[in-house]
Amino acid sequence: MVDQTTDTLPQRPAASRPAKTGFLGLKGSDATLLIVVAILTMCAPFLLNPFPETSSLAQFNAGYPDLMQRFVIFGIFAIGFNILFGLTGYLSFGHAAFLGVGSYAAIWTMKLVTLNIIPAIILGMIVAGLFAVLVGYVSLRRSGIYFSILTLAFAQMSYALAYSVLTPITGGETGLQIKPTDRPILSNLQDGEIGRANLFGLDMRSSFELDMGGWLFTFNIGYYIAAVVMLISFYVAIRIFRSPFGMMLRAVKSNQQRMSYTGLSPKPYTLAAFVISGMYAGLAGGLMVAMDTQVGPERMFWTASGEVVLMVILGGVGTLIGPVLGAGMIKYMENILSKINDNVLHQWFAFMPDGIEDFLVTVIHPFIGKGWHLTLGIVFMAVVIFLPGGLVELGQRIGRLFGFGKKADDSAAAKTPAE
Amino acid sequence: MDAIILQILNGLDKGSAYALIALGLTLIFGTLGVVNFAHGALFMIGAFCAVTLQRILSLSHEVVDETRTDFLGNPMKVDVPYVYDWFGEAAGQAIINWSVPLAILFSIPVMILVGISMERGLIKHFYKRPHADQILVTFGLAIVLQEIVKAFYGANPIPTPAPAAFTGSFDFGVLLGFDPFTIIYPYWRLIYFVFAMVIIAGVFAFLQFTTFGMVVRAGMADRETVGLLGINIDKRFTLMFAIAACVAGVAGVMYAPIVAPNYHMGMDFLVLSFVVVVVGGMGSLPGAVLAGFLLGILQSFASMTAVLDVLPGINQIIIYLAAIIVLLTRPRGLMGRKGVMEE
Amino acid sequence: MGILEVKGVGKRFGGLQALGDVNLSVAENTVHAIIGPNGAGKSTLLNCLVGKLIPDTGSVTFEGQSVLGRKPHEINQMGISRVFQTPEIFTDLTVIENILIPCFAKRDGAFRMHAYESFTNERELIEKAEQILIDVNMIDKREMHAGSMSRGDKRRLEMAMCLVQEPRLLLLDEPTAGMARADTNNTIDLLKEIRDKRDITMCIIEHDMHVVFSLAERITVLAQGTPLVEDTPENIRGNPKVKEAYLGEQAAA
Repeated sequence: MVDQTTDTLPQRPAASRPAKTGFLGLKGSDATLLIVVAILTMCAPFLLNPFPETSSLAQFNAGYPDLMQRFVIFGIFAIGFNILFGLTGYLSFGHAAFLGVGSYAAIWTMKLVTLNIIPAIILGMIVAGLFAVLVGYVSLRRSGIYFSILTLAFAQMSYALAYSVLTPITGGETGLQIKPTDRPILSNLQDGEIGRANLFGLDMRSSFELDMGGWLFTFNIGYYIAAVVMLISFYVAIRIFRSPFGMMLRAVKSNQQRMSYTGLSPKPYTLAAFVISGMYAGLAGGLMVAMDTQVGPERMFWTASGEVVLMVILGGVGTLIGPVLGAGMIKYMENILSKINDNVLHQWFAFMPDGIEDFLVTVIHPFIGKGWHLTLGIVFMAVVIFLPGGLVELGQRIGRLFGFGKKADDSAAAKTPAE
Repeated sequence: MDAIILQILNGLDKGSAYALIALGLTLIFGTLGVVNFAHGALFMIGAFCAVTLQRILSLSHEVVDETRTDFLGNPMKVDVPYVYDWFGEAAGQAIINWSVPLAILFSIPVMILVGISMERGLIKHFYKRPHADQILVTFGLAIVLQEIVKAFYGANPIPTPAPAAFTGSFDFGVLLGFDPFTIIYPYWRLIYFVFAMVIIAGVFAFLQFTTFGMVVRAGMADRETVGLLGINIDKRFTLMFAIAACVAGVAGVMYAPIVAPNYHMGMDFLVLSFVVVVVGGMGSLPGAVLAGFLLGILQSFASMTAVLDVLPGINQIIIYLAAIIVLLTRPRGLMGRKGVMEE
Repeated sequence: MGILEVKGVGKRFGGLQALGDVNLSVAENTVHAIIGPNGAGKSTLLNCLVGKLIPDTGSVTFEGQSVLGRKPHEINQMGISRVFQTPEIFTDLTVIENILIPCFAKRDGAFRMHAYESFTNERELIEKAEQILIDVNMIDKREMHAGSMSRGDKRRLEMAMCLVQEPRLLLLDEPTAGMARADTNNTIDLLKEIRDKRDITMCIIEHDMHVVFSLAERITVLAQGTPLVEDTPENIRGNPKVKEAYLGEQAAA
């Protein structure tokens, strides 16, 4: 995906370079990256709310629980997708199916067994993984666009079945929610009480609010649990990227013929990557249910599969941090851009003469509110055309522009070992 | 028996649309080697050409009609389309009535323009990039195109009726000697099928009997060699892209009366058309047409109550199921050639 | 009984009989060259040995075991490595990674789920990979991107990837095709060194007679899908049948 240019090559770290084993078995630059990401996610309620409640820029704040949860959950989804697409180059157009299957498994666990989220999430992962074994085993008999179409076909079939025939299991169009009549066997609910997702009694929806001057910061239990899960998934992804297995996956992308003649069987490696990324999707699906205790079939529609592709490309295919950045960027655009309307624009441009103000509002109008998809499409095209390495490549270019020179290159290369 | 004929007929119009889109996709893939995810958007733009023409023709101005009064006794104001002024009322009404067929003429220059600017402006930069990149950039383009249409026409479907003369249904059963009202088929769907056959025949005749078509076919078989002959293949391929866009466009125009155009109809059709192309065999034109009709008819059979009683929901998944089976048993599709898209 | 025994192998592509009744015995720890004019079936024969093609008739045994019907990676695991006519390497990976992959394949077999392991525990393999890079004089290119190297370097890298597996049989498909004279001589020296130093059998397909006569201990001449003659280089040189096969080709061209 990313152009194999030679300019950054000499800095490319060999997976094999005798490195000192640092933090949690990661070498220096990876450990730094993990720590930075950990600090950012833990401080996200502050960082994402930079504007006081009363300021006109408050609508750019993203520090509310619902959105922050989506950042990290879609981050997990994208990290997993990148293990398949970024390393092996197999472009799946049906990954949302695994997310959906994981969600359905999780909600049934909560409806029937326990409202504790851990069994729900684990079951979501396992069921999605099993489904991925089936889909992967069949789809991986073909490569290239045929593989993409096969995965798309499986996902659309799952969607159609969830929507119609499997209604007794999936709730059809309306989906599934936790109802007052649900009595999970391991819970002690009062009559008529609606069960709420919890972790050993900690309610996912409970939040602690901190009012500081004009600022309001919300610390939500659900977000922090999702964030910790995301950090663990991120750590595991780094381990996979840096492992001999990760190297084999890059070999699959590079030259399957040479791989077979070297005594390696490419298929189990690719299938393993497919199943791992399916389990990541199932994990994300399970977490989604843990946060909002509902699921519908639209979660499996092919546009949802397309969305995770967009996230990974936008962030940077085959890079470690790219998918997380891409997921955050798209979810932020979805939420913030779609909230801006003409009134808001008029407020912003109020200082200009009327004619120019109206003109600017008219020009910007199609790109905001319900038109945010247009902005997304344009940004995405621009990335594929001009910036195949996504936001990570943009960061590197800016770094070089400001003359960090070799140093910037080093850290950049450290982030993009698997291109 | 009558039920089977009815299902075959019902499958034909959907099959025609699949076949026309798949034909264009295959032309583009075969000549330019590009996997075009924006092809469904071209179909959608075609349908909106019909909507646009209908709106343009219906543009009207207010006239005070002295002969009629409203309930207060004042002379009534009525909207009179400009075409009434220009061509007289009867002819004007006929023109509005026939706006969908007229839109074919309107859509051809539009689609040629869209096609050429797409190919020259974007696609040509992706000839040498991997298929995954082509899929991604055209996928982005499809999003942009459908969002632009949404910004202008809104998110709701816009009913675009066929000429009044064709709005009824045709009792096929009587013709074939069955009881009346057993096989009722709308006229417009019949017209759509005939139209699709004419377009398909036209494209094949064009490729078969013109020098241009011969070069294109040679190019599809072996691009490099044709390039070596000193034939400027690129210019012809640009034109080929425009032709494929036209095919998708007119398919969309004529489909407007069957399903009211909405901004996401292109994507809905694209996903299925891709499945059709893959089933037919990447790069095989007859394969695309055959698979289009086969899958359209298959889908219509799967929607029969008798089938649904046995296999509930099969109508929703039959196309995908067929695609999976075909791809696993015949990797190159029904009529695919060796060496096409085999990494 | 040779290490590689080919008996009565035939292969037909549609109307073309590419191979007809090929018998070949490669003795252990020798260099055996297969030569012949274009279209003689040399590459087809090689593809039958490594599992890319399955012959219609006959048998191929390696160290007494049949290779027919086995997949390429299984045949490699039996101890047969192959060098391609155009170098097949992992162009997106670094040089050292290219070498490490066969090291892992040799130690862990066709598949191993070492997804949570680290390279820091693989000192032994890394040292082995570095040693082979020193042997082929490429240690300075250790971190280089394999795809960005010259063709000669790619070829040497591919050879190193095969050698690091310590195969019992090394198949070389025109190892000097398209090389400059100097590079050809380097390759000959490298192959001689391998022959003298290691306990290895080599089977070379080659057009360049200079290469063949510098290295080979036995030569099989293939023409129109059947072995014409098998003998020592000295006898092959003077054999009128061989001259005819080649001259015939030249006359036709």
